Amino acid sequence: MNAARRMERQQHRTAWLFLLPLLLTLAAVAIWPLGRSIFFSFTDAYLDAPSDYGFVGFDNFVEVADDPVFWGAVTNTLVFTLVSVALETLLGLAIALLLHRAFLGRGIVRAAILIPWAMPMVVSARIWEWMLNDQFGLINKLLVALGLVEKGIAWTADPSLILGTVIFIDVWVTTPFMVLLILAGLQLIPEEIYEAAEVSGVPHWKRFWSITLPLAMPAIGVAILFRSLDALRMFDLSYVLAANNENTMTMSIYARDQLISFQDLGLGAAASTWVFMIIGMIAIVIVGLLRLDRAAG
Amino acid sequence: MFEWNRKPFWKENGMASVTLRNVSKTFGTYDVIRSIDLEIEDGEFVVFVGPSGCGKSTLLRLIAGLVPVSGGDVFIGGDQVTDVPASKRGLAFVFQSYALYPHMNVARNIGFALETARLGKDEMRRRVARVADMLKIGHLLERRPRQLSGGQRQRVAIGRALVGQPEVFLFDEPLSNLDADLRMEMRFEIAKLHADVRTTMIYVTHDQTEAMTLADRIVILNHGKIEQVGRPRALYDRPANRFVAGFLGSPRMNFAPLETAGAAVSMLRGAGGFTYAADLAAAEGTPVELGLRPESLQLVGADVKGAIRGTFERMEDLGYEYLCYVRLTETLVWTIRATGSPPQITPGEPVGLTWQPESLYLFGEDGRRIDHRTSIPLSLGASS
Repeated sequence: MNAARRMERQQHRTAWLFLLPLLLTLAAVAIWPLGRSIFFSFTDAYLDAPSDYGFVGFDNFVEVADDPVFWGAVTNTLVFTLVSVALETLLGLAIALLLHRAFLGRGIVRAAILIPWAMPMVVSARIWEWMLNDQFGLINKLLVALGLVEKGIAWTADPSLILGTVIFIDVWVTTPFMVLLILAGLQLIPEEIYEAAEVSGVPHWKRFWSITLPLAMPAIGVAILFRSLDALRMFDLSYVLAANNENTMTMSIYARDQLISFQDLGLGAAASTWVFMIIGMIAIVIVGLLRLDRAAG
Repeated sequence: MFEWNRKPFWKENGMASVTLRNVSKTFGTYDVIRSIDLEIEDGEFVVFVGPSGCGKSTLLRLIAGLVPVSGGDVFIGGDQVTDVPASKRGLAFVFQSYALYPHMNVARNIGFALETARLGKDEMRRRVARVADMLKIGHLLERRPRQLSGGQRQRVAIGRALVGQPEVFLFDEPLSNLDADLRMEMRFEIAKLHADVRTTMIYVTHDQTEAMTLADRIVILNHGKIEQVGRPRALYDRPANRFVAGFLGSPRMNFAPLETAGAAVSMLRGAGGFTYAADLAAAEGTPVELGLRPESLQLVGADVKGAIRGTFERMEDLGYEYLCYVRLTETLVWTIRATGSPPQITPGEPVGLTWQPESLYLFGEDGRRIDHRTSIPLSLGASS
């Protein structure tokens, strides 16, 4: 009895020992910086002299919350996330279903479709910026040649178009990622289940709706979660295309502006903490809605 | 007990015979099925059996329409269905893996195909309940497949097949994933099911016990071709060829090569001093191999007249019966199977083997069985 308990305790100790390197690494690269960031958000420190600070309580948080530019950035980010992830999910599911069928040259198509995602976002953003240029861009040239417009459209300058352009480029870049994740989910569904449904006379739409979709849901859910978290902290695409244009400014760009452009460490840290809390809350909601915590069962 | 009212579109009189005419299937350059002709009558229980890779599962899938034929025609109930999709053939398929829908409970698994049949909720529930009662899974209706045992899953899979009131049941090794006891129980239940519903059933297995016990007729397949079709007893007693003789029966038939001498009355000689004077006047071909089933051999003393001789190798006592292994030559070990208490023989001891002449099988060069009778009342004594 006693010996058994001692052995159990020893096993627990060994388990913690094995976990220790990971915990230390996590503490160094995640918990410590996060703690520091939250700590600074309660101070009036500036980036040029971070060791010279005084505590200001929640002043920084209030100041960020009072700034309409911040809420504009939050709105931009949410619109961007919602629309781009929705489009990417639908397109990803459709393309994954196509690629799931065996056809000649599937391997090549599957590899080719990855190219947009394999390119660095900065490169993709620059390529599209050129193609969408209002005077020299390929897209406008095409539209004019086809007689659809009279003169080039300023896709990346017109305030009413620019967020749409950002979303379009993001969909182009990250749909392959969705395709791959959903395709992996589809390939886990045993073929015999479909054969069973087929023999019993279940029509195609019903097979998709009642078998494919529910069984691929865990994979789709994980893909949505990954993409949403990624989209919520989006920085590069908007920044390359429009720097701190308020029409495309994301939460991350806002925080970066406070911290780097205005050198205000306290305010920047408070903005970052806001971003952290908003993303955390949304993540909890997504996990709860999609029941990802229970999907394994 | 069942109203078989949902007839597939081609049905007129409810007859569901299955006919294969010159059916073949090629995957790439590999011929899986080579022009098979087969008639299965309405209500018949036919078992496809053969070694792995013989094409038996592919043949079943061709009938189901899950795999298109490369050539030939498939008829169900007298109508050509070669190009009719699987979903319109009015069949039911039970898979080895059960292929249950993992995200649906048992009730929905059984009733899923009825959801698009516009039956109404009550009628659907009634049918599901009736099938579930019949298979004794009524208490499991709310469970998910992963909460069920193998035997219960198999019952759900059968229930799913049953609820559609199909004209033909197709079973693809349905019992292979079950342990021995459950397999016996389910075998019994499937036989009972067939007796109850009297629907045509085609059943694929590699297990000859299932084939022997369930089938009205057995189809033995090898390399994509039919070796023999017939009643289980007929196949066992009068195998068409060496393959069938070796495939049915466990432990398998003992074989030994032969040398022949003489013409009308052939003196056949083989291992262990085997000598047999056969009257082959009416038979075609020259026997090159002999076959004797383990249960038709008797273990006797080495000096008994008419016995062939070998060395005792090993004994396996299985309780009700025992198996003996006797070495005839360096490469030839025969199995003897008998009931009762095993004799006490030490390994290495010389022993003799005898048999009744009518239990001896002879096979020709092409493997075909050769009819024969002895020209001398009893086999001659062993020559030394």
